[in-house]
Amino acid sequence: MIPALETHDLTVTYHKRPVLYGVDLAIPEGNLVGIIGPNGAGKSTFIKSVMGVIPTVGGWVKVFGKPLKENITRVGYVPQRGSVDWDFPVTVMDVALQGTYGKLGMFRRVGKKERMLAEEALDKVGMLPYAKRQIGNLSGGQQQRVFLARAIAQDSDLYFMDEPFVGVDAATESAIISLLQDMRENGKTVVVVHHDLQTAPEYFDMLMLLNMRLLAFGKTEDVFTKELLQKTYGGGLTILSEIATAAAKENVKASHD
Amino acid sequence: MIIDTLALTLIHKALLASALLGLMCGVLGTFVVVRRISLVGDAISHAVLPGVVLGFVISSQLGDPRNPWIIFGSATIVGLISMIVVRQIIATTRLKADAALGIVLSGFFGIGLFMKRSMLDLMDSAGGLDSFLFGNMATISETDLQAVVIVGVVLTTLVLLLMRPFILVSFDSLFAETLGYPVKLLNLVFYTLLTITIVVSLQAVGVVLVSAMLIIPAATAYLLTDRKIHMMLLSMFFGAGAGVSGSFISASVSSANIANGAAMTLVAASFFFITCLLAPRHGIVAKWLKSKRQRHKVTTENALKAIYKLVEPTGDPRSAITINDYQTERRLETAEAKLQLKALKQQQHIEYLDKQQLTLTPDGLKVAQTVVRNHRLWELYLTSQANYQADHVHDDAELIEHLLDEETVRQLEAELNFPTTDPHGMPIPRPEAS
Repeated sequence: MIPALETHDLTVTYHKRPVLYGVDLAIPEGNLVGIIGPNGAGKSTFIKSVMGVIPTVGGWVKVFGKPLKENITRVGYVPQRGSVDWDFPVTVMDVALQGTYGKLGMFRRVGKKERMLAEEALDKVGMLPYAKRQIGNLSGGQQQRVFLARAIAQDSDLYFMDEPFVGVDAATESAIISLLQDMRENGKTVVVVHHDLQTAPEYFDMLMLLNMRLLAFGKTEDVFTKELLQKTYGGGLTILSEIATAAAKENVKASHD
Repeated sequence: MIIDTLALTLIHKALLASALLGLMCGVLGTFVVVRRISLVGDAISHAVLPGVVLGFVISSQLGDPRNPWIIFGSATIVGLISMIVVRQIIATTRLKADAALGIVLSGFFGIGLFMKRSMLDLMDSAGGLDSFLFGNMATISETDLQAVVIVGVVLTTLVLLLMRPFILVSFDSLFAETLGYPVKLLNLVFYTLLTITIVVSLQAVGVVLVSAMLIIPAATAYLLTDRKIHMMLLSMFFGAGAGVSGSFISASVSSANIANGAAMTLVAASFFFITCLLAPRHGIVAKWLKSKRQRHKVTTENALKAIYKLVEPTGDPRSAITINDYQTERRLETAEAKLQLKALKQQQHIEYLDKQQLTLTPDGLKVAQTVVRNHRLWELYLTSQANYQADHVHDDAELIEHLLDEETVRQLEAELNFPTTDPHGMPIPRPEAS
């Protein structure tokens, strides 16, 4: 079976600082995957580079067996909640509709079908009653649900979500996780950047342990081990980071082979 | 063209141009305001000066002095270059946007002033050049007006066509990029349109006041609505309104000798000031009224609560008290007590049995019971759910009692399993039962 996401030797530098080295990965379709690792490990960078938002300096990415560009409408994205200005003059409905823009293209008008999709998505996250509200009047959990509704309206097969549980209330957290499980039951593949080690084994089928290098990827019960976690969160990799930064400053091409 | 055959008078030309410029600035300004790049408009308007001078020189040298297309073109190119320089400064140094904009704004403007002096010989007439600096509708020619009309139509069409992508990129450019939208190209188009708008408006309002026309109408609209489309329409309305009435004032009150740009800006600023005061939700007057209503509510509720506490021990909440009882309970001067009771009487919360004796009306009783219930319920909630000590909760409840709405009260009651007494053993009244 063709994996939902495949990367080979994916390497990224950010402001000259190396963030990810040679990530080889193949995520099988229909899984709920958590990306865990310490701060600055490159978790967000990984999904952003896979989605082509951050340029890579090496390696390739395939989505359902094809380059991202050819399958871009099959990929959905939930950015970090803090990445937008919530005072922006748009309503909850407007944001949910944005999910349909990908398939709609830049110029076609929003029609009945798009409105239906957006309404259904808002209904799924329990935000339909708020459709006409300006987004700034929502709580953190509600804002996160709106972002999720937008992703659902994208109607994609592979989703990337950046810290969807940050700053949300307990009710929203459990609503989100059951929604993600629903998506998986419907054959979707969901990749989630997650910061809470406590809940990680409970939430995800598979885990990626990331700290500049991919330290492990596999079924949660196989990779959520003390040994591998210690390797991921222990300080062993700081030297790699420091040397690489120094090398970048000296304009020496950092080699990772 | 139609405009030629109409043989427009100077004032008509000025009004038409101002209206168009107001509309254009209104449209682009909304994006400038919601993207929080208001200072960028200011920077561009100053930074285009070398391009304006260059346009005068080139058109003079080509034997077609003051050709608007050459001037607009070279100014726009220089404006875009200035934005690239800003980006490069941010990308390659440790400086942030504010410093980069400041450097480019003043640096380019300085170069422009220098060029204006040193290239005087290369221009047939530099007279028109000053109108780009300070704004002067009187010097606007038929060719200028034609150019403004054409630019206005093209620009508005482009913005309408690209409205949805523009809004998306302004709100969440990261997401737009993951959808495969050409975000860099869209931004380039946006900044080009913005620069063109600024360049075209320069003649009417001058370098310093362009950003006023760009920002004030849009900011005014932002105070009035939560929807981008409405904001844009309102902003166009304010922009055109300021443009037209500004140039009208400038042209008709000739004795006062008010420059066109100054008049337009003054009108725009008055719109903003009035909106600040009177906007239905975000306005100062609305907020003041709301807080006044709230203060009034608190005063009334506290007075009724005091009466309720006086009659509570008798078992009959509608038994009578005297003015003196009330005055003693609340520790007030006689005059003050009488004033408060008079207000209660006016609201029909109390009624007098004779000169001295008064009693709560059914309405008054209901308000009193509600506030006492809120107070005791909140005290109970704090002690039983939030682990407060019983002697710590009174002051907090004094405030919260006025703020609890019925929905929250239902939640509290359910949470506390429909209690009947507060932590001090006092009964929690049920206003519905009365």
